[in-house]
Amino acid sequence: MDWEYSAAPESSAIADIKDRYMPFIDGAFKEGGGEDRDTLNPGTGERLSTVSTVNSSDIDRAVKAARRAYENVWSNIPRTERGKYLFRIARAIAERSRELAVVETLDNGKPIKETRDFDVPATAQHFFYHAGWADKLQHLGMGPAPQPLGVAGQVIPWNFPLLMAAWKIAPALAAGNTVVIKPAETTPLSILVLAEIIADADLPPGVVNIVTGAGDVGSMLINHAGIDKVAFTGSTAVGRRIQRELAGTGRKITLELGGKGANIIFEDAAQDQAVEGIINGIFFNQGQVCCAGSRLLVQESIADDFIERLKQRVETLRVGDPMDKNTDVGAINSEAQLGRITALMNAGIAEGAELWSSSCPLPKNGYYLSPSIFTSATPSMRIAREEIFGPVLTTMTFRTPDEAVLKANNSPYGLSAGVWTEKGSRAMGMAAALRAGVIWDNTFNRFDPAASFGGYKESGFGREGGPSGLAAYLDTDDEAVAR
Amino acid sequence: MSHLAVSKTYKLFIAGAFPRSESGRTYQARDKKGDFMANAALASRKDLRDAVVAARKGYGAWSKATAYNRGQVIYRIAEMLEGRRSEFVELIMISTGASTNDSAAEVDAAIDRLVHYAGWTDKLAAVMGSANPVSSPYFSYSAPEPTGVVGIVAPSGSPLLGLISVIAPVIAGGNACVVIAADADPCVAITFAEVVATSDVPAGVINILTGRIPELAPHLAAHADVNALDLTGADAELRESLGQAAAETVKRVYVPRGVPDFIATPGTARLRAFLEIKTVWHPTGALSLSGGTS
Repeated sequence: MDWEYSAAPESSAIADIKDRYMPFIDGAFKEGGGEDRDTLNPGTGERLSTVSTVNSSDIDRAVKAARRAYENVWSNIPRTERGKYLFRIARAIAERSRELAVVETLDNGKPIKETRDFDVPATAQHFFYHAGWADKLQHLGMGPAPQPLGVAGQVIPWNFPLLMAAWKIAPALAAGNTVVIKPAETTPLSILVLAEIIADADLPPGVVNIVTGAGDVGSMLINHAGIDKVAFTGSTAVGRRIQRELAGTGRKITLELGGKGANIIFEDAAQDQAVEGIINGIFFNQGQVCCAGSRLLVQESIADDFIERLKQRVETLRVGDPMDKNTDVGAINSEAQLGRITALMNAGIAEGAELWSSSCPLPKNGYYLSPSIFTSATPSMRIAREEIFGPVLTTMTFRTPDEAVLKANNSPYGLSAGVWTEKGSRAMGMAAALRAGVIWDNTFNRFDPAASFGGYKESGFGREGGPSGLAAYLDTDDEAVAR
Repeated sequence: MSHLAVSKTYKLFIAGAFPRSESGRTYQARDKKGDFMANAALASRKDLRDAVVAARKGYGAWSKATAYNRGQVIYRIAEMLEGRRSEFVELIMISTGASTNDSAAEVDAAIDRLVHYAGWTDKLAAVMGSANPVSSPYFSYSAPEPTGVVGIVAPSGSPLLGLISVIAPVIAGGNACVVIAADADPCVAITFAEVVATSDVPAGVINILTGRIPELAPHLAAHADVNALDLTGADAELRESLGQAAAETVKRVYVPRGVPDFIATPGTARLRAFLEIKTVWHPTGALSLSGGTS
């Protein structure tokens, strides 16, 4: 059967992209002292807008504003009022959701159906969930009056720019902290639209400050003497550096780092559902997801047929214009990222793994990659050990449940894992045996503000979402001190 | 004729056994007055690495034990300690110069500390976990699990209470540990190891090394098979360098904010520091959203 789709593009005019964006410090959008940076539309490779970035004195100003806001307003106002501001922001995000979805897709390259149906609604929900915690901190089990930490310095990645902003800002504010947050240099726009929403919500100046720029800005921010808490989401390499730099400072840190999630398919799995789950696990957001199911472990007895079935389904994925409502796989976020992905793919080929890629046509301009699957991989290959952070699945086989656990846990990472089986006891047994912070039984890539998320081992520490995510922004050190 | 005392050889405690240091090195433990107490083993880097291997094995058994069983075993340590109460009172008096009353108070507090943590094992999941009301047809829960192998730099000062106050929360959570005892108190630490060895604690769950903290701790912090560090007994300078080494494999690092008051009732910070929250999602189908009604 021949499937022809007509183009169904969302209108980019809805985003109302401005020619220039500025950092948001102490309640105002002002030119930063750093050099301007263009932000590109990865779907076309063309310039989308220009962003003014900050320098060290801007960061200083932002941290001081956050400190003032913390001491004079935010840590003192009634907790119910704190919550009401967050509820207000949640509502306004929902109201401007279509605009935010288009901004996010234009700046990030992910398909509009993902920003529309996942990123933006989840962002609003994250604020709504945490808003309710603001006046209920005494019920967390952390004592009768858990105290905030002060000023949080936060650095977020480019794969879920708006949602990561919510994951960082909402719990910090609900707990009573103020924040200085830096978006990734390739995706600064959606958080600056969020800044408009925050300003319109009359949030007191200085409670949320947004500083723009690249890694050097992030480094200055987390090392600033006026910061009490650091939260970082990004690569394990940068996470290590942050932990090293902050050693001995006593500063509370949350690190949400890389992953190499195992997705384990048993022979008794519902295979059609498993195929859909694998595709969601590795091609959602072009595989640029820290918890992606990038290591497929298939039971040997079904492996050949199953991989064939998977390839047939991947072949039907529509790759291309992120703004098209029928697009399944959009653009890679940047040329640099595309280069990193292809470099690792080349390493896989060189090490002897077999590469299969979908024959889908790719747009001429912009940063695209065909969904790809490596077979005949072995656990020691780089493609089986390192995070590719792209639409590339590495597949291996196993014979027994014990071997599956051994292979899945044989990784310095421990962020996520998936298990596909129709046997309930095996699903729960595997969930217990896998050393990862999030386990999905017969599903993958499910997120909710009520369910905490975070890694074991070198995938980082601290949690986001749920009660334990909130605890990361509270002083939970309850050990008595002699002197 | 008077009886010539048979004095004890203090060795290391690794994998449930008492080996000498593979290096053959010893150092002289001295009492408060500066008099010779005993020769203690001066552990080497190799001993430390052996202890980490043992701890990884011990972790396998201990983390799979039921919470009830872990509680019973920790309670058993308290029982064994109670049985040797007078020995520890005397040992602490000699070692630190404490009065009989103070020494006895320390031993009693140490016993009670073990009882406290024995009762924690089967409550951690209820207190620190949650059923997550997710807005999709899934059953989602979060529960604490042990971090793995924890390296502990034990505090000095109150040699028994301090040691137990850092070990007990770590093992209560299901972790295994490699402890570097305080330089000054090897006799108390290794005598406590004898208590552990007779308390049904699986081999390798608790490993205790005596020696020089500045020599051993950097190897512990840099070891890739150690998941977390408790730096209570390290000084400020060492805490910084150990923290830096720990970053290479993203270890969890617990550093108390001051000198802990081990007499006070413990909070939960030490438990939480060595627990990971795992979230599990399982589909329920659309039935869960309809509440079972049609």
